[in-house]
Amino acid sequence: MNAAILPGSVIGANPNAPEYLLAVDALTVSFDGFKAVNDVSFYVDPNEIRVIIGPNGAGKTTVLDLICGRTRASAGSIKYKGQELTKLTESAIVQAGVGRKFQTPSIYDDLTVFENLEISFPRGRSVFGALTFKRDAQVRERIHEIAETIFLKDQLLERAEFLSHGQKQWLEIGMLLIQDPELLMLDEPVAGMSVGERIKTAELLNQIIVGRSVLVIEHDMKFVEDIAHRVTVLHQGKVLSEGSMERVKNDPKVIEVYLGH
Amino acid sequence: MFGDYSLGDLGAIFAMQGFAGLILFSVYVLMALGLAIIFGQMGVINMAHGEFMILGAYMTYLCSAFFQTYLPALFPAYFFLAMILAFCASGALGMLVEWALIRHLYKRPLDTLLATWGLSLILQQAYRSIFGAREVGVELPSWLIGSVQVTDSIEIPINGLFVMAVTTLITVGVALLIYRSRFGQQVRAVMANRPMAGAVGIDTEKIDRYTFGLGCGIAGVAGSAFTMIGSTGPTSGQLYIVDTFLIVVFGGAASLLGTIASAFSISQTQSTLEFFLSGSMAKVLTLLAVVGILMLRPQGLFTLKVRR
Amino acid sequence: MKNPVQTLTKSVTVNDNPFMKPIEWLSLAVLALVLLVVLPSLLDAFRLNLVGKYLTYAFVALGLVICWGYAGILSLGQGCFFGLGGYCMAMYLKLEASSVENTKIQSTPGIPDFMDWNQITALPWFWKPFQSLPLTLILVVAVPVLFAFVISAALFKRRVGGTYFAIITQAIAAILTILIVGQQGYTGGINGITDLRTLHGWDIRTDGAHTILYFVNGGLLIGCILIAQFVKKSKLGRILVAMRDKEDRVRFSGYSVAGFKVFAFCLAAAFAAIGGAMFTLQVGFMSPSFVGIVPSIEMVIYAAVGGRMSLFGAVWGTLLVNWAKTSFSESFPDLWLFGLGALFIAVVLAFPNGLAGIWREHVEPRLTRRVKGLRAPPPAIVPHGAPAE
Repeated sequence: MNAAILPGSVIGANPNAPEYLLAVDALTVSFDGFKAVNDVSFYVDPNEIRVIIGPNGAGKTTVLDLICGRTRASAGSIKYKGQELTKLTESAIVQAGVGRKFQTPSIYDDLTVFENLEISFPRGRSVFGALTFKRDAQVRERIHEIAETIFLKDQLLERAEFLSHGQKQWLEIGMLLIQDPELLMLDEPVAGMSVGERIKTAELLNQIIVGRSVLVIEHDMKFVEDIAHRVTVLHQGKVLSEGSMERVKNDPKVIEVYLGH
Repeated sequence: MFGDYSLGDLGAIFAMQGFAGLILFSVYVLMALGLAIIFGQMGVINMAHGEFMILGAYMTYLCSAFFQTYLPALFPAYFFLAMILAFCASGALGMLVEWALIRHLYKRPLDTLLATWGLSLILQQAYRSIFGAREVGVELPSWLIGSVQVTDSIEIPINGLFVMAVTTLITVGVALLIYRSRFGQQVRAVMANRPMAGAVGIDTEKIDRYTFGLGCGIAGVAGSAFTMIGSTGPTSGQLYIVDTFLIVVFGGAASLLGTIASAFSISQTQSTLEFFLSGSMAKVLTLLAVVGILMLRPQGLFTLKVRR
Repeated sequence: MKNPVQTLTKSVTVNDNPFMKPIEWLSLAVLALVLLVVLPSLLDAFRLNLVGKYLTYAFVALGLVICWGYAGILSLGQGCFFGLGGYCMAMYLKLEASSVENTKIQSTPGIPDFMDWNQITALPWFWKPFQSLPLTLILVVAVPVLFAFVISAALFKRRVGGTYFAIITQAIAAILTILIVGQQGYTGGINGITDLRTLHGWDIRTDGAHTILYFVNGGLLIGCILIAQFVKKSKLGRILVAMRDKEDRVRFSGYSVAGFKVFAFCLAAAFAAIGGAMFTLQVGFMSPSFVGIVPSIEMVIYAAVGGRMSLFGAVWGTLLVNWAKTSFSESFPDLWLFGLGALFIAVVLAFPNGLAGIWREHVEPRLTRRVKGLRAPPPAIVPHGAPAE
């Protein structure tokens, strides 16, 4: 597989070309006439960290919603490894290898950390499979391994409800990791975190991106600069600019949007 | 099934049944209005809604008895006072219930359902203890008795017309209150975004209480109007609760217009079918159709596509 | 840093996921002892039959624990499934009671009496399968489950849940009642199917038969508890809780949420159906008064009183409420509805975990302090705010 693609080659490239992990093409969705996402196209390579930035209401979260099937597109296509996602159910999209973290920590308060991770373990996902699921050595090992990575190995038996906000965010990231997705989508992973937690999260993200692509929405520019390979700027549902952080930062259109109003 | 009737007959049948349907429609709208406010705006399932209605009916009954005994001269006009009393009694009880019960359960809609069911049992038994298990009817003033002859084959009862007029007035009043008044604006603000409404200085708890009280008060008026066309017993309210909930859900819970449209289609279907089938089969078919449509289109008739 | 030994012990405890904890085995033993030994030796045949009748409702409550307590799906139409199971059984028994010999005074001998009264001259097609006992035993569960599947699959696929689902199930209970009452010739109408005599030639009306049926019923109930325990203990049980809490998270962990909900609902329907069939056998009739809105919602309160998350609580709750109902309505019929209404409110406002919650929070800690060696299970499982929509 040809992993090294020059930035310039993105424009005008064939969206069906297999080297893209994710190809979003002319994606549009309207809510009762209002186009929240309007003709958005972008392409994510394998092993790339792509950050989507943009002011509030730019349609960032909606783009993630569209990719993971939470919202249905009005027009356009989303191809993941050549497979059209817009027609698949949410669970089929996850099973194809797309994982998504929500903006507010979305974990199961009534279950323990261990059980939270266990549910995300990618086996026994059918009704019958879940009934006959066995908590075997492989499952336990994997859960302990992930718990170690997300700094929660001492909290495995605690009910998730009692974790701190930052720990909940990590737990959700851990729940995604255990699925081992090829495309990981994170919606504001450091929002509401303390400085210490933020540093740890950046460390965590740098650890887990190995071998997968990551699509991140983030407002914290320092954090974005630290992790992003490339940045896509959305504004009013459209792609305003795209490229390296350096290039985007100096794009007059972007400066206008962020400073102009 | 149409084979036995001539075209002219069918026309008259549809007209008559259509009118019977209109009266049913009025009753449905009256019952559903209060529920549409409580369920549609607040998201609270009030299973005791029927009992609030019956409270209004009993108030009207008491009122008619009182006027008959002590103020026979004013009897023809007692109904207007009775409606106001019914509104106040049901509304006050509603506010009390909101304060004692509902406000603790806003985050647990399914539990509200069970608690209000318990409330409805208590109210039913209270009515039975106070008014007796038998159904009671009110004495109609003479001007409400009789019917208007429209054509040779079509005649329309006056009390039915009166109920329709009352329904129209109340519906317009509620629509104005919700969509034009300051109170309605606050209600909609609280339902749209509770913390934000609180932040801009709206007393959300007070609004909740008044909204619930308003919904219950309208149920009381519905019960009052209901006495014009039927008698009242302790469990009369329960008979209608399923229909009423279906109407609100079918209409698309948050839409007043939807509630009216759904009450109209359900009542017309049922009364037309009733002529050709037995009453119970007409009801079964109507309700089945509603449930079937809800299975295919759960959001109801009138909704907007919004970002979830 | 924690020392490695401690971490190791922890991970061993984590891995420990037994089918039942010691306290649960104890609860099961106590329940079995009371149901199968204590009550039969203390009560006369009439009272025992009454308890047997109550226990048929416990099947419904048990199903509601899984469906409502665990999965957060409140069904107000469990009477439908109880009734359908009961009617399936009643149809078989009625056909056996309506042999040509028994019904020779009718204008059409060999069909149930109410059909004859309603000028029906041939057995309707949907009655025909109930001439066979094996087929009946299958249909007792299959018909309600299929019905539950159709309802729930349609609604859950379209993401209808919470209060909407409750209202629609309630409407379905109402529709079914009106239909049964209205179609007198096919269903026996408001009186239901009565005058049932024998099961495959065995007279079910005698005291001896009642006692045997009581034990069969008790055995089936314990069997259903074990099935429910298996479901609860499996990953599926945890997925149900997870779904109640964060449905979207489960969906985006690769599960088809609708499928799991349908399963929970159908399981509850199956339990209810078995209860209904056992009701018909023990009480000797089935009528629409067990199908409608009022019995359906009353069955919810059995589960709520017992504790919506507790399988054993469901049985105790059912027995307690019904015992209270019987004794109250014998002596103070007026007070019973006040009491029942207050019970609904109290159990929601003050004791959301029911008897099981009281047990866990007040009785068990004291017991554990005295009896060393029994580890206290985690505190109450239903938090405030759950199960929200």
